[in-house]
Amino acid sequence: MEQKTNGLMGWIDARYPATKTWEKHLAKYYAPKNFNFWYFFGSLAFMVLVIQILSGVFLAMFYKPDTALAFQSVEMGIMRDVEWGWLIRYFHSTGASAFFIVVYLHMFRALLYGSYKKPRELIWIFGVLIFLALMAEGFMGYLLPWGQMSFWGAQVIINLVSAIPFVGDDLSIWVRGDFVIGDATLNRFFSLHIVAIPLILIGLIFAHIVALHEVGSNNPDGVEIKKNKDENGIPLDGIAFHPYYSVKDIVGVIVFLMLFASVVFFAPEMFGYFLEHANFEPANPLKTPEHIAPVWYFTPFYSVLRAVPSIAGSAFPGVIAMGAAIVVLFFLPWLDRNPVKSIRYRASWYKILVGLFVVAFIILGILGTMAPTEGRTLLARICTFYYFAFFLLMPIYTKMEVNKPVPERVTMK
Amino acid sequence: MKKIILTLLCLIAMINTGLVMANSGGYPTSPANVNVDDMDSLKRGAKVFSEYCLSCHSAKYVRFNRVATDLGMTESETMSDLNNLGVKFGSTMTAVMTKEYAKESFGAAPPDLSLVARSRGVDWLYTYLTGFYADSSRTTGHNNVIFKDVGMPNIFWQQEGVKKAIYEEHEGEKHVVGVEVVEKGTMAPEEFDTMIRDLVAFLAYIGEPHQSYRKSLGVYVLIFLFIFFGVAYAMKKDYWKDVH
Repeated sequence: MEQKTNGLMGWIDARYPATKTWEKHLAKYYAPKNFNFWYFFGSLAFMVLVIQILSGVFLAMFYKPDTALAFQSVEMGIMRDVEWGWLIRYFHSTGASAFFIVVYLHMFRALLYGSYKKPRELIWIFGVLIFLALMAEGFMGYLLPWGQMSFWGAQVIINLVSAIPFVGDDLSIWVRGDFVIGDATLNRFFSLHIVAIPLILIGLIFAHIVALHEVGSNNPDGVEIKKNKDENGIPLDGIAFHPYYSVKDIVGVIVFLMLFASVVFFAPEMFGYFLEHANFEPANPLKTPEHIAPVWYFTPFYSVLRAVPSIAGSAFPGVIAMGAAIVVLFFLPWLDRNPVKSIRYRASWYKILVGLFVVAFIILGILGTMAPTEGRTLLARICTFYYFAFFLLMPIYTKMEVNKPVPERVTMK
Repeated sequence: MKKIILTLLCLIAMINTGLVMANSGGYPTSPANVNVDDMDSLKRGAKVFSEYCLSCHSAKYVRFNRVATDLGMTESETMSDLNNLGVKFGSTMTAVMTKEYAKESFGAAPPDLSLVARSRGVDWLYTYLTGFYADSSRTTGHNNVIFKDVGMPNIFWQQEGVKKAIYEEHEGEKHVVGVEVVEKGTMAPEEFDTMIRDLVAFLAYIGEPHQSYRKSLGVYVLIFLFIFFGVAYAMKKDYWKDVH
C-alpha cells in the first residue's frame, strides 16, 4: 500500500519515515465523510495553539518578570513602545479566550456524539489532561501582566491551597515561594507559563492525536466506519483527511479568523471579559478590589467552589467540589453505560438532560463573574447539584434509555 | 435538535438579563460621547490635561513625541503648549508635584492617568469630572456623586460654578440623585461640558494611543479574510463535489 518514492524523497524515505508519516496521518488517514460543524474545533484548537506559541515567543522578548517592571513592560513597553507590540499582545490575550471557547466546544462535541466511548477512552482522557494543562497555563499567564486582577485572582486561587487541612499553609508557601504573592511567584509562574506547561501541552496533544489516528475518528452518527471496508481495505464511508478535510478546515479557519480579528481589532477587551478593566491598574497588595472575578473561562468552576458551603470556616469542601467537577470528567467513558454513541439515536429525554447540562454550565459561568447574593448562591447550588447529578447518575439513567435504531452506514444529513 | 438549542439560548438570555438587572446599583454614569478621531477635540483636551491634570497627576507611560505625532503637532508647539516641566521631547509625562508632596497634601498620591480611561471607562470619567458638588463637611469643600469622599479638590469650580446635590430618601437613607448649579461659573454650561468631553477624549486616546489605527487596520484585515473565504469555499466545493 505504501508508495515507493524515488530521487531525493527516496533518499530521505530510506532514512526517515517522511512519506510514510505523511500518508499515515494525512494523505491516507481516512476520516468519516459526514463530519459536521462540530468537527471544526479540533483543528481550530491546534491553530490557536500555534497563534499562542508564536505570539508568546515575541511577547517574551519584551516582557520583564519582575514585580517592579512587569506592568510597565506590558503597558508601556509592549503596548506603546514596541512596534506592533499591541497587536501581538492582543493576539495572545484574545487567543487565550479563544483557546477555551474552542476547547469547550470540542469537548461538547465529544459529549454529543459519544466520542469518549470504547475504543476512544484514552483519547478522551488525554483530552481532559490537555484541558487541565490549559487551565494551569491560563491561570499562570494571567498573573504575568501584574495588574490588580492578576494579583488578586491569583491570591484567591492560591488561598484555596491553604484551605487544605494540616498541610495547606505550608503547601501554599511552597507554591508562592514566599509568604505573599511576590517576585518569586511571578518568576516561577513565568517559567512555568512559557516553558514547562507548553511542553506538557504539546506532549499531551501529540498523544491525543496518536491515539485518535490509531482507532480512527468518530462521527455524528457514532458508526464505526472501519466495519465496512472496500477490497483495498479503505473504509467505504471514509475520505482521505488530505485533501478533503484540509480544504474544508481552511474554510473553518477563515471563519474563525474573521471572528478572532473582529475581537482583536474592534473589541480587544471584549467588554471586560477577555481583558478585565481592573487589570489596567498595577497590582497593589494593599488595595483589595471591590469585586474579584476570575477570567470568564474559569467562572463555571469558581461558581461550584462558592456554591458549596464552608464547614467550620474552612473553604475546603468547596475546593474538593471544584476539583471533583473536573475529575468527574475522567470517568465519563465508564459512567455512560449506553452502547449507542451518537445523541441522534438516543432517547429524546437524554437530549433534554444534555441541554439542561449546558444551561447549568453557562449559568454557573455567568454567576462566577458576579458578586454572590442569596438568590445567586441558591441558583449556583441548584446548577452545581445538576452538574454532578448529570454525571454521577449516568450509570443509572443511561441504562433506562430506549434507543432509536442506529444505521449500518453513516448518513449525510 | 435546532429547536432545543434555540429554546436553550432564549432561556439563558432571559436568566442573564434577570441577573444583570438585579446587579445594577450605585450612581448611574452619563454617556461621555467622546470621539478619539476628532483631532481638534484631542488637541484641546491635551491642553486642558497639561494645564490642570499634570500638576498633580502623571501619565508616565505617555511620551510627548508620541502625542505630537498622533495629534499632528510640531515639536515646538508641543514643547510650549504641553510640556510644563520642560523635559525632553521624547520624555514621558511626569507630574509637576512630587508624589510625597501630593500625598501629604491630599491624603493619597494622585493616581497615574495613562490607563485611567481603560480601568474606569470614559463614561465614569465624564460623570466623575462633572459630578463635584459643594459639601462643607469635606476639607476640599467638595464631594463627588460617583466617588464619595474623594481626596481630589474640584479644580474646575471657577469655570463650572458651585453645584448642590439633590437628595432623595430611600428607606431612611439619603442618596445623591443629581446635582444642580446654584452659582454660575466663568464658563457657560455647554462650554464647560465641551471642555470636559475634550479632556475625557484625550484620556481615552492616551489609554490606547493606537486605537484609531487598530480599527482602520481591522477593516482591511476583514476584507482580506472575506476574499480569502470566497476562494477557500470555492476550493472546498470543488474538491467535495464527488463526496456524497
